[in-house]
Amino acid sequence: MSQSSSQESPRSAPAANEPPWIERGLVKGHLIAAVTWLAIAMFAGLFYSLQLLQHWPLPKIEVLSPGRIRMIHTNLIAFGFLTNAFFAMLCWTVPRLTGQRLAAPWLGKAILGAWNLIVLATFVGLHLGEAQAVEWGETPVWVDPLVVVGAILVWIQFYTPIVKTKEKSLYVSLWYFTAGFIWLGLTYIMGNFFPQYLVAGNAAGPLLGLYIHDLVGLWVTPMGWGMMYFFVPIILRKPIWSHALSLVGFWGLAFFYPLQGVHHFLGSPIPMFAQYSAVVSTIAIEIVVTTVVINFFMTWRGSEGSLRESIPIRWFWLGALNYFITCLQCAFQVTLTFQQVIHFTDWVVGHAHLVMFGVFSFWIYGMIEHLWPKLTGHEWWSPALRSWSFWLSALGLGAMFLTLTASGLIEGFMSMHLVPRETILATVRPFWLVRTITGLSILGGFSCLVFNMVMTARAARIAHVDTEYAPYERFDDEEVTVGAV
Amino acid sequence: MERFSFIFIVAGLLFFALAFATSAWMPMLPVRNLEVRTVEQLASVPPLEFYELAEQYPEAYHTAFGDQAPEAAFEEALRLGHKIYVGEACWHCHSQQIRPWGNDEARYGRKSYPEEYHNELNMPPLWGTRRIGPDLIRRGGKQSNDWHVAHFYHPPDVNPVSVMPSYPWFFEDDGLTPNKKGLAIIAYVQWLGSWEPRVEETVYEIPYLEEVYPESEVLVPRKAVEEPPAGEEETSEEEFWGE
Repeated sequence: MSQSSSQESPRSAPAANEPPWIERGLVKGHLIAAVTWLAIAMFAGLFYSLQLLQHWPLPKIEVLSPGRIRMIHTNLIAFGFLTNAFFAMLCWTVPRLTGQRLAAPWLGKAILGAWNLIVLATFVGLHLGEAQAVEWGETPVWVDPLVVVGAILVWIQFYTPIVKTKEKSLYVSLWYFTAGFIWLGLTYIMGNFFPQYLVAGNAAGPLLGLYIHDLVGLWVTPMGWGMMYFFVPIILRKPIWSHALSLVGFWGLAFFYPLQGVHHFLGSPIPMFAQYSAVVSTIAIEIVVTTVVINFFMTWRGSEGSLRESIPIRWFWLGALNYFITCLQCAFQVTLTFQQVIHFTDWVVGHAHLVMFGVFSFWIYGMIEHLWPKLTGHEWWSPALRSWSFWLSALGLGAMFLTLTASGLIEGFMSMHLVPRETILATVRPFWLVRTITGLSILGGFSCLVFNMVMTARAARIAHVDTEYAPYERFDDEEVTVGAV
Repeated sequence: MERFSFIFIVAGLLFFALAFATSAWMPMLPVRNLEVRTVEQLASVPPLEFYELAEQYPEAYHTAFGDQAPEAAFEEALRLGHKIYVGEACWHCHSQQIRPWGNDEARYGRKSYPEEYHNELNMPPLWGTRRIGPDLIRRGGKQSNDWHVAHFYHPPDVNPVSVMPSYPWFFEDDGLTPNKKGLAIIAYVQWLGSWEPRVEETVYEIPYLEEVYPESEVLVPRKAVEEPPAGEEETSEEEFWGE
């Protein structure tokens, strides 16, 4: 053994003021699961883009039918990648923010196991053609009750410390988490059970719209913003710029976001009063969420150098910028004028990638960049790969967004002018080719990240023998040691 | 506003309930008296194409549906076809919803109305949010069964630019005869829109498009087959080919 065996090894060494009950294993487990599902989801997306170029790589295999792969792409992103990463983030942040343990250690393991079992069941079920006709909730009907059980476990695990905390006023991240947990359960029940068993057709349509919308707005967005509010002040070593704007941002989101689901089906037979109210509240919320973006950029102002020095802040910064673009886009695309053209086209696909990958996945990348050295106890194996990961993903996403938006507009206007579908398909094909290439770039960026993660973990294991605590300390000069906020 | 109980009750429950009331419950009110039709009711009058399927593929039809009455067989086919339509994610590239704008009506027919969707096969409705292929809500009968058989097997054979996947597992090993899945999905697609009076696609009736796109085959109006002039015998095969 090494000479320094009397000291704590770097791997198990907690940061200076880390509460001893942070369960690093859980954080790590959820992150590894998240990254694994994301790998599968990315290949699914890439393959599906090849189908649109008439080059399906796995022909004549029923379980790998392109349509099923498409649903796997979106479902693994939502439930496999984003949700797992958010659970990792929660296991790390909630005990720090509340000063309390999570409900029970075994519950953490149960959630890790149960949730990934749910994702696995969804994965298998979709391959077997057992989908449910709820967009983004294609989870087979026999998995739905399990998801509700999962949500209840999440409530117990994470509400316990929030209720028990001695702080009278919760930190802004916890507002988002508090509301987000209950919304997850309610949204899932509303979207997956009501239209399946209780109401049909025109009465069920608004519920589908609400479900798609609320899964983004009331689960992914609150978790994402809570994550941003936690990590950005820590990395930048300064408090959030304006508490008042935080309040406006949260309460605006809570009030306006749930009202907008119907805007996913503008022009459908849903009564127009519901469609108009969805449009108006969507425009209202874009103004509200801009306050959060302002809050981010005003916090960042004065630390411009951090973009060069700190990779995590780079991810958060670009994510916030993308979020602003998304919101701006939302406020316009929700109007009936835009809808005539862009509904049913690639524009929507570009928009979805911008917000799900360009914002929330980028922030999760940023969180991984920040946390992984702390979890493994070793600095990043390769700084160059960190940069490569950032630039390949950022440029890939930017190009993908532009090409899909352009092809969406072309497709929309051609469709409006009654151009035959064959001509439309032939016209957008070059754009789809570019999209596949940008997808490869994104996959390349992700591979850099994963390879770096694996090598870092390996380096930590090797270094375990004779490295002292030094690398960890050295790394901490770059970013602040995590502690209670 | 920063306490757990206030956030949980007001933001978590109250705002969600408010949104449910205004965006889900209120839109339900105008259609609350519409009857939700069961598949059995829907299948009570099978469309012509289903009978044609039985004639065209008697063996496959018999293997799939046995000696059931056509209505019962059609009900089974509708259920299975709907399941395949959902499971293969057809609804992610084909919408089933005609909007009152964006020239949807010129392309696909009159706009959708609530009664079309109030049946068991629209729990949940298959409106879709993306249209890579055409809208399908009134597609039934626009193409023949033969066309669908060829198209499902390998769409680019029928339409070279089509990006629709091939579905060889809808067919027997010979690649010509649809199996139960194939019969069911064709029955489902041919059923769509069978409740509407069938008319020629409106798009054929827009003259200026033929000037703009003179070479497009799609826009060439279907001409009635010319009857041979009376009294003139049809050219026999030998005469046609000569010696």
